Amino acid sequence: MEGLLQQIVNGITLGSIYALMALGYTMVYGIIRLINFAHADIYMIGAYVGYYCMSFFGLGFLPSLIIAMFICTLLGIIIEKIAYRPLRNATRISVLITAIGVSLFLEYGTMFFVTANVRTYPEMTGLLARTIKMGNIVISMQQILLVSITIVLMILLQFIVKTTRIGKAMRAVSMDKDAAELMGINVDSTISFTFGLGSALAGAAGVLVGVYYNSINPLMGMVPGLKAFIAAVFGGIGIIPGAMIGGYFIGAVEVLVAGYGNSMYRDAVVFGILILVLIVKPSGLLGKNTREKV
Amino acid sequence: MSILKVNKITKSFGGLTAVSKASLELEKGELLGLIGPNGAGKTTLFNLLTGIYVPDSGAINLFREGEEVALHGLRPHNICKAGLARTFQNIRLFKDLTVLENVRIAMNKNIKYGFIPSFFHLPSYRWEEKQSIDDSIELLKIFNLDDKKDELAKNLPYGEQRHLEIARALATNPKLLLLDEPAAGMNPAETENLTKIIGEIREEFDLTILLIEHDMSLVMKICERIYVLDHGMVIANGTPEEIRSNKRVIEAYLGEDINDA
Repeated sequence: MEGLLQQIVNGITLGSIYALMALGYTMVYGIIRLINFAHADIYMIGAYVGYYCMSFFGLGFLPSLIIAMFICTLLGIIIEKIAYRPLRNATRISVLITAIGVSLFLEYGTMFFVTANVRTYPEMTGLLARTIKMGNIVISMQQILLVSITIVLMILLQFIVKTTRIGKAMRAVSMDKDAAELMGINVDSTISFTFGLGSALAGAAGVLVGVYYNSINPLMGMVPGLKAFIAAVFGGIGIIPGAMIGGYFIGAVEVLVAGYGNSMYRDAVVFGILILVLIVKPSGLLGKNTREKV
Repeated sequence: MSILKVNKITKSFGGLTAVSKASLELEKGELLGLIGPNGAGKTTLFNLLTGIYVPDSGAINLFREGEEVALHGLRPHNICKAGLARTFQNIRLFKDLTVLENVRIAMNKNIKYGFIPSFFHLPSYRWEEKQSIDDSIELLKIFNLDDKKDELAKNLPYGEQRHLEIARALATNPKLLLLDEPAAGMNPAETENLTKIIGEIREEFDLTILLIEHDMSLVMKICERIYVLDHGMVIANGTPEEIRSNKRVIEAYLGEDINDA
């Protein structure tokens, strides 16, 4: 029993990371129907920015997190502007291939500048290095930090999307871009904002992963990126609460498979979920089944 | 006093010239009809006016409170802000939103509150939100949709969806309203009702209205002046009586061999 609780704690921690990343996938998909493969690399760059802030400039955790989120926001907006905006009216497949190109560019561009060596985040000190023991369950302060920051960011996101002017514009654009434009909504700046918002969350996830797992490398985004994407599909791509649920679900499944089954199979099980979802309910947990109109 | 001047605009798609050197002039407060056979370029002309297409050549100028605004080359959302709103031939509502939300989206561009007030639901936020809800309901009352404000747009009957589209266009606070086949698919009683509403909103909102319509009884009844488009060119312009007896118009509709028949 205690073993299970411990696994659930670990699952929630991992799930937070997936949920943060899945939100970016889902928001961008919701607004321009693009699976932004470069998203996982923004997460990687967030981790590197956090790393340099902490180890070279000696900044604390929170300032590093904020700087990483800020730089990732800019990066997301720039990528959208340079790579995707010129393809606004192109076929979806060309945009998708461009996204893969941007992803490779970021991965190997980063490798060029910082080399392919694995870097280790500085050890956390003080409060952040502590752990809490409850019976045999160990919860580290880092886990608590990671989960609570994730939850704060998700609440903020919900607020932005539900109540602000730009959030409402986002929802309108995701429903009908052309009609929204004719209602006086600036579609381009709304799309930029969406990319920025998603990238900020990915950057935060990167720093949190760096702090939690310590090691980072230029290709670190590939596998978590795919899993976060699966989380988004599982919850219903384009649906924000779906991405949150999906993230936690995938995180929990992965940890439980590793803990009780065979850790070799955890990736297989997660990708198996993707196949199952696509067969049974392609629109995802919270998605509505829609028939394609002819 | 003219409100919109369209000067020789042209738009081609590949080899097809959809609109060719079309010139129009709309007087403030007028109710104009735009008619023409299928494929004459009417909807393309609307798309040019609202910025969905950029004209290959020519100029579109809007006159607003003595100021002249060049609309050609502006993005659709800026054209909307300049005071031009439209409805669509095939209804383009936000289907999964409620009737009220559809109208409120169109008011989004006028919202003034910033990030902070909306985050903490400060009085300025609450006041403006309430104001926008009240304004939207006022608008819906004109179309008798206020008691259906919480229904999803897609669940409304067809005729009411058309009404809602007009209400949504009005919510952007336009000076000039373009209606693309507002009576399409309506029965005579509904068309009658729509005719009445168009007249009312024109008075109440001090609007200039340009409408595309195939229902000639509606056009001839309410339009003060009619432009006729054929093969992308303006072939006639005048009062309904003049249009009815215009030779070129009859030819365009019935074919060239009218005299031989």
